[in-house]
This record gives sequence, C-alpha cells and structure tokens, in this order.
Amino acid sequence: MEKKRVLEESYDVAVVGAGHAGCEAALAAARMGLETIMFTVSVDSIALMPCNPNIGGSSKGHLVREIDALGGEMGKNIDKTFIQSKMLNQSKGPAVHSLRAQADKQDYTRQMRFVLENTDHLTIRQAEVSELVVEEGILKGVKTYSGAVYHCKAAVLCTGTYLRARCIFGDVSNNTGPNGLQAANHLTDSLKALGIEMLRFKTGTPARVDRRSIDFSKMEEQLGDPRVVPFSFSTDPESVQKKQVSCWLTYTNEETHKIIRDNLDRSPLFSGVIEGTGPRYCPSIEDKVVKFADKDRHQIFVEPEGLYTNEMYLAGMSSSLPEDVQYAMYQTVPGLEHVKIVRNAYAIEYDCINPRQLKASLEFKKIRGLFSGGQFNGSSGYEEAAAQGLIAGINAARYIQGKEPVVLDRSQAYIGVLIDDLVTKENREPYRMMTSRAEYRLLLRQDNADIRLTAIGYEAGLVSDERMSYVNWKIEAIDQEVERLKKTKIGGNEGIQAFLREHHSAELKSGTSLAELIKRPELDYETVKVLDESRPQLPPDVCEQVNINLKYEGYIKRQQQQVAQFKKMEERKLDQEFDYTKISGLRKEAVQKLNLYKPASIGQASRISGVSPADISVLLVYMEQSRHHHGDKK
Amino acid sequence: MYHDTIAAIGTAMTQSGIGIIRISGDEAVAVGDRIFRSKKKGKQLSQVKSHTIHYGHIVDGDQVVDEVLVSVMKGPHSYTAEDVVEINCHGGVLVMKRILELVLRNGARPAEAGEFTKRAFLNGRMDLSQAEAVIDLINSKNDFAMKSAVRQLSGKLSKKIRQLREKILYETAFIESALDDPEHYSTEGYSQKLSEVMDELLLEIKMMISSADNGRMLSEGIRTVILGKPNAGKSSLLNLLVGEDRAIVTEIAGTTRDTLEEQILLDGIGLHIVDTAGIRDTEDMVEKIGVGKAVQQAEEADLILYVVDSSVELDENDRQIIDMIQDKRAIVLLNKSDLESVIDNDMLCRLTNKRVIIFSAKESYGLTELKHAIQDMFDHSELNFNDEWCLTSVRHKQALCNACESLEMVKQSIEDGMPEDFYSIDLMNAYEQLGMIIGEAVEDDLVDEIFSQFCMGK
Repeated sequence: MEKKRVLEESYDVAVVGAGHAGCEAALAAARMGLETIMFTVSVDSIALMPCNPNIGGSSKGHLVREIDALGGEMGKNIDKTFIQSKMLNQSKGPAVHSLRAQADKQDYTRQMRFVLENTDHLTIRQAEVSELVVEEGILKGVKTYSGAVYHCKAAVLCTGTYLRARCIFGDVSNNTGPNGLQAANHLTDSLKALGIEMLRFKTGTPARVDRRSIDFSKMEEQLGDPRVVPFSFSTDPESVQKKQVSCWLTYTNEETHKIIRDNLDRSPLFSGVIEGTGPRYCPSIEDKVVKFADKDRHQIFVEPEGLYTNEMYLAGMSSSLPEDVQYAMYQTVPGLEHVKIVRNAYAIEYDCINPRQLKASLEFKKIRGLFSGGQFNGSSGYEEAAAQGLIAGINAARYIQGKEPVVLDRSQAYIGVLIDDLVTKENREPYRMMTSRAEYRLLLRQDNADIRLTAIGYEAGLVSDERMSYVNWKIEAIDQEVERLKKTKIGGNEGIQAFLREHHSAELKSGTSLAELIKRPELDYETVKVLDESRPQLPPDVCEQVNINLKYEGYIKRQQQQVAQFKKMEERKLDQEFDYTKISGLRKEAVQKLNLYKPASIGQASRISGVSPADISVLLVYMEQSRHHHGDKK
Repeated sequence: MYHDTIAAIGTAMTQSGIGIIRISGDEAVAVGDRIFRSKKKGKQLSQVKSHTIHYGHIVDGDQVVDEVLVSVMKGPHSYTAEDVVEINCHGGVLVMKRILELVLRNGARPAEAGEFTKRAFLNGRMDLSQAEAVIDLINSKNDFAMKSAVRQLSGKLSKKIRQLREKILYETAFIESALDDPEHYSTEGYSQKLSEVMDELLLEIKMMISSADNGRMLSEGIRTVILGKPNAGKSSLLNLLVGEDRAIVTEIAGTTRDTLEEQILLDGIGLHIVDTAGIRDTEDMVEKIGVGKAVQQAEEADLILYVVDSSVELDENDRQIIDMIQDKRAIVLLNKSDLESVIDNDMLCRLTNKRVIIFSAKESYGLTELKHAIQDMFDHSELNFNDEWCLTSVRHKQALCNACESLEMVKQSIEDGMPEDFYSIDLMNAYEQLGMIIGEAVEDDLVDEIFSQFCMGK
C-alpha cells in the first residue's frame, strides 16, 4: 500500500502555542540561533490577553522584571503598549514594591506579533498540533491535524487553556477555547498514550461591558502614577512618561449578593456541571459570596481593554452564571445600572499536566527533548506563563546545544520559586505566584532582578554585551559606594547635630559612619547627601541599590545566611532515575513520594510533602554509603 | 542543616556522677568560649591545642554555674569529625540542664535524636557496615522522641501553643493578603494593633517559659497518684517527697479545689504528683464521692502510691483501692511503721500483688527504698524515659525562647518604623519554632490561611 503523502519539514525546535509562554519560548530558542517553528490555532491570537487587561501586580511584576533581565520580551512589550501604570505597595518595603500596568490588549498582541515576525530563525505556522512523535523516550517531531510532520530535536508545549477547552455559563457550554477560538481537541490523547498524567483545571473571566453604558460619576477614579517606572531595564524611563487612562472602582452590595444566592442552583459551578479545579485566589463572584458570606460588599475595578475600544473589563466579577443573571447582578452595582454586556462572563475548563512529571528545567522526566510551559503546566496568569515559556525555550535550545539546562533555584528568582513549587508540590489548583511563597523575598526584589539574573541570560545568549557590561559596572559601583559610606566617619560636630535635629533624628553621642546614619528610619542615602562631601555622581539605579543594601543590611544578611544553608542542601544532587524502594529504613510514604517525584537534590526531596526530616537523614546516610562504594570501585 | 552547631547532654541524666555536655560543629569552640572561664586568666579555648583538657568554670554572665573540665577536640580528629567541645560537669540533672540551656542560648541548637552518630557517619568517621545501624538509630530515636515529645506535653499546653500559632498565622496572613492585594486590604494603623497582639503573645510565651523553668511545662512527667483512706498518711508522704527537693517544688493550685498537684524531681526522675485530697478533706461527706474522684485520678495515673495505715485494720475503703490498682503500676507503702502494726506485710503483698515497702512518713523511713522502686520501674527500659523527659523539656524551652525572640524582633521592627513585609519574616519564624514543640511543620499553612481567611483576587 502506498504511504499517504504528507508535508514534511525539519526544524530544531517546535513550539506549540503562541500565548505568553509560547512567545517567550519561541523567541528565546530563535534568538539563541536555533531554527524554530511556532504553531498557533490562530495567528491573530498571538500573545492574546483573554482575561484581565494588565501585566504585573504583586509578585507578578517581579516575574516580568526577571524575564526581562534574562532577555525575555514581556517587559519590553508592555512598556510599548501600556495605557496606565502603577508601582504597588510603595508604602511597604522594597521587596514587595511591584509594578502593574494596564495594557492596550490589541496593541500588546500586535507589537508582540511584530517582534516575532521579525525575529530571525523563527517561523510562524497556523495549525493544530495533534500528535507528538516520540521514539524510545526521545522527542523526534510533531504532527498537525492535517497530517503534516515536522521533524524536530526538541518541542515546547505551551497549549494554555486550549486543550479540550470548554467554555461554560449557565447551562450553555461550548467546546471552544477563550473568546470562541478553536480548541485543541487531539493532543491530549497523544500525551496520554505517551503515559503522561493529565489533570483538568478551570478558570473564569468576567463580562466585558460597553463604556458608554457606565455612569462613572458613581465610581471612584483610579489614576496611574505621576511618574511611570518602566518594566524593562533597557527601556529609557523618559520614553514611558505619557498620558494615561483611568480605571474605576465600585462595589457590589447586598442586592447583588441576593441575586447571586437566589440563582446558585443555576450556576454550573455549584450544580456540578464544571468538574475542573478552580483557583482560590481568583474566585468567581458566586464563590466569594458563598465563601465570605459575612462580607457585605466586594470590590469591582472597571478597567479599559484598550484605547481603541469601548469594552471595559469588570475585574472581580468573574462568573459562570446564566446571562440573564449576569445582567441582573451587574445592574445592581452603582454606576452599572444601565450596563450593556458586550461579552458574557464565562468559566473555562481545560486539560493540563500534573507538573511533577517535569524536571526543574521544564523537560519531561520521561521524554527527552520534550519541554513545556505556562497554563499547560498547571499555572495561571500571563506572567507565570511567560516565565516558564522563557525557561523552557532556553532549555530546549540548550538541550540541542548539548549544554547544561538553566535551573534557577528558590534563592535566585521568583521564577525559581514558581518552577520549584510546580514540580515539587502537590498541585490542586491553577498555581499563581504570590510574594508569600518566596521565602527569600528580601533578596528577590524587582529592583535587583538585573543584578541577580543578567549574567544567566547573557551566558544563554539572550543579553547583549552592552547590557552585560553595564550591569557588571553597576554591581561594582554599588559595592564601592557601600564600602565608601561605611568608611566615611563623621563626628558629632554642631553642623551634623543641627542636621539631625532638623530631621527629627537622635543627636550623635560619638562618631559614626554615614552608612550607620542611612540605616536610621528617618534618614536615607538621599537625605544625608549634605553631610557627604566626597559623594560621587552615580545614576539613580545605583543610588537606589546602595540605599536598600544599607538600610536593610541586617535583614539581608540574615536571609543570606539562610540561603547559604539552603544551597548546601540543593547541592547534594540525587539521581533522578533512582528507585527508592532500594533504601531500607525509609518510611513507606516517603518511598512512594520520592519515587513519584524523583527529586533532583536533597533540598528538593526535603520539600516534598510526606518526606520527613528523619527520611532525609536516612537518605543522607544512604548517599554517603553509596558514595564510598563508588569510590572503592575507582 | 548538617553544618550548624549542635549540642546535647552526652551522659545519662542521673543525679550522681559526672555529666557531659557535648557540642559539635563549626561554632563549637566559639560557643565554649562564650561560657567558659578558665582558672588561668585570659585563656581562650580558641587558642588551645586540640585534644587538651582545661579546668575552670561555666558562667552565666557573672554567675558561676559549675566547676568543670572542658575538653577541646578539633575536627577531623573527633567523634563527629567536626570541632567538638565537651563540658564535664558535676552531673546532676539541674546542672546539666542549666549548662545545656546556656550552650543553646550561646549559638548551638539542640541535637536531633541520633544526630551525633549521624554526623560521625556522614563525615566518614564510622565503618560503612554501620550504615544500617545508623539508619535504625535515626528511625527508632526519632519515633521515640516524637512520641515522647508530644506525650510529655500536657493537653492544655499543646492547645495553648496551637492557639498562639493560630494567632500568629492569622496576622501573617493578613499582612500577606495586604501585600498581594494592596487595593483591597489596607494596612493603615495596623502596626499599632499588631504591636498589641505581640504584647499579648509575648506575655503568654514568657509565662510558659517561666513555668518551663520549674518543670511545669511537662505537666505529665510520671503521673503519680497517691491513694489511701483518710488518715493513712497521704499528706505526710506528699510533704516528705516535696521536702526532698524543695528547690524545684512548685505548688499548682489544682483545677478543682480538692486536688493538689506537685512537680518534683526524685533523684532525677520527674514526678507529677496528684494527691487525691478529696478523700482527705471530705471526711464528713459520703466516702463514695471521694473514692469516685480517686478512681478517676487512678485511671489516668502512670504510677500509684497506695498508702496503707498499718495501725488500723483494712476496711472496705482499702478493698476498693486494692481492686482499683490491680492492673496499674503501683507501689504499696505500709505507713506508720513507727506505730504498732496490725497488718501483715506478706498478706498485703499477696492481696495487692504489688511491691510493699515498710514506710514511715513521719520518720522518713523507707524513702530510699521507694526511690529505688520507682527507678526500677521507669529507668530500666532501653530508651531512657527520663533522659528524654529532661532533654525534651530543654528543647521545648529553647523553642519557646526562640519564638519569644522572634516576636520581640517584630516589635522592634514596628518601633523602628519598618514596613509591614518585614514583620512576616519574624512572625513566621516564631510560628515555625512553636510548631517544633508540637511536632508540626510549616508546609503551606500560610497560603492556605490567606485563602481561607481573606477574599483574594479579582
């Protein structure tokens, strides 16, 4: 029988999906010089923002900064397309300052597409990937639904919420991806056939409404910051000072809640129609009303979707109630009495993987050359997706280059925390980054992401020489300035005492250093300038680091000590193919968990729930024993 | 985890002989220097040769704790292959405990069960064939330590610790919610409120620490109930036992007005004595009520001391008591041996099936035999009940002190006008330390608390 003739092509890397993960993965691989093809079900939906119209926010802003430092695109793209920007938590410590920008969604998509289309070694292809070609545990290529075969050495799966996607509101359910886009209905079967364990997650989005039907006089206006800080370290700060649009704040009330309660039986969430597990941090309004019954109101932020549309996003009101109920509840809200819905709120269910099947490099433990990122890995959010996409793309390329993967640990980056949590912890809901998840957050600030990560991006080939040498200079300049301030002694002369009185600061009893003065809560690097005769001229980003390093020195040192301990455990590597039933003395539960997760290090093993400190001791003893045995052989 | 400096008592915790406190790790010598004053002025342990012994005092500030010999063994030529300092003191449970506490306050942490051996092995100081034995040791010691740690904590105290932890977690979750969703949760005026919460928590923890000092922390010890009919000499026995170790006796006002509870150390064995005062004080009332209470106490007891008045015949009360103690660990004290006895020793022994000691509370006769009897009962098991008992109390206390220190730092941060996110660091440290006492780790508690208490996200 004659073999069916099909289209065949060869690439180095195939990226499946063109959302925020797919874009970063494809750009990284192509920029690293690998021939890359990116598949999407619709070229018009590249870098689509199907839910909220913003990038960043608490801890997510950190991720964007880190992506930028590593040479990713998200920060640059939002700097080009934002329409409002805020630095959140400015009254709190520097570790939790976080940028958040409202995007012009269309513009965001268009600009990203422009970058992708003009990147060398990158091909964009509209097609649904339906099958993976794997031979002897090694990824060899992907097939599309039309039958075409794309041979490749590595693939990155970034299918987002599209796998067997189903959108639901009330008793209406459509087998489509977000915004009515075509779902990918075939790849799941191929993954299952390869022995990959799948989960089903759910998320939701609120309605989009017509700006002209809103009475803003009943809402509180939310302005952007007067001075905008860019996301990207390479964006000129002057270039982002532009006219911004407003968001608006209003609230639900008892009447809204009553309508919701009266119609709960019509909610697919509560009637059991939705099987997927939803995220706790981003509950639907019906969830909030049920779970926090004592709250008499909930916030609604009304946010523009872009400059050239009247659609407004109702943040805080995601729902899967029937459309008549949606109308009724929205119309109880001050300012929304006459609201017109453009797009209904809906819940979406989709297939994703249990991420414990991945290594920290985001490569599948079972299939060499197969990587994945984004919501496919059980996360949620644009920023979380982009961060994983970038790492998966870099590591797919490095796998082909024959280099060690880039693995960030929990002490290096929020990205490290994100990936470690995904691959190490029991994941029961779409995972969202939170600042409380980062135990070393004082070191992982958004302001020092460049210092932490530029060298890693540079080594991978994603950062220019110019950027790298600036960051190297910056690190040096900070160190020197901190040293100088520690050495600059000042005595208690009248001029200094007067200065201190003026700043409501205790007068000096004996001599001290400028560094010590900066540590006082009421003073900082800027204010003590007048006492500092030999201060060099330094750029603002250096001054900021000097100030933070000195002001929080005690806390920073404590965290650095904790990190030193942490690193020792991370450096004790474990064989990821090892069969833990071989170790007698481990408790049953520990054996089972260790075999399930196959941790890469003692440190990772200790974070698996169900593995006790005593089990870790047993592991250490076992390792020591086998190390000696190996030593004997040599 | 395995490079820091650890300490433990290296000898059995008995009243007599020499006690050794062993310190191992990078900081061992520095810790030693902080508390050791050599007889030779100015001699520092950091400057002495390895494998030498030095005479001097252990001091707590200006106060001399004990006269000691301190040996210094530098790694890798020591038991653990790390720097090791051993303090040879005069022994005695109190002194050993006090020195250990001092060592812990000065930079070491309490060793885990089997940890010295584990380190010795990991540092290549032991034969590889011993690996299995080391694993067994870690497991058995660990199981035992966990069990005894939890068992030794009274229900009331572990409940208290859970409450403290809940409060700490709630406050941390509030701060974290406000950081994650700043447009929703405002922290305005919050530091003042938190400072008050800190004061409350600190007060409670400090009270627990001071009760840990006099042994009340471990309310259980060996739960010992004194039984006997009116006038058999129960109070005299109690007074006698209490008088033996007056220094650390504390009187706990009973939860009910008619029981009296005492903590004592009898030759290093901790006893939690419950006098069934109901019988003593309610002679006019129906005897059965008193006996009923005694029954309840007796059922919960680890040890019963049954006091029999040898000068009067056994009666119905005695027979009830004898029934009651049949399945229990009990010692019979044939009291008032100074008076003429009407009860036959052997007969009593057959009747009760227990060890009978001829006793006179009035003349302190038989006390030594009683001590030996108790020691025989509780000190013979392979894993020394009493060592664990004492060490656990030190660990608990250390954890409380650490929690206290962390909460003090929260207060300091508030006073210094530090931003709220800095509070979380120390709050979670305190949470973790308190968790160690009741054997609970941190895991994902914080994230769960945030989602369950605060309505998050858009």
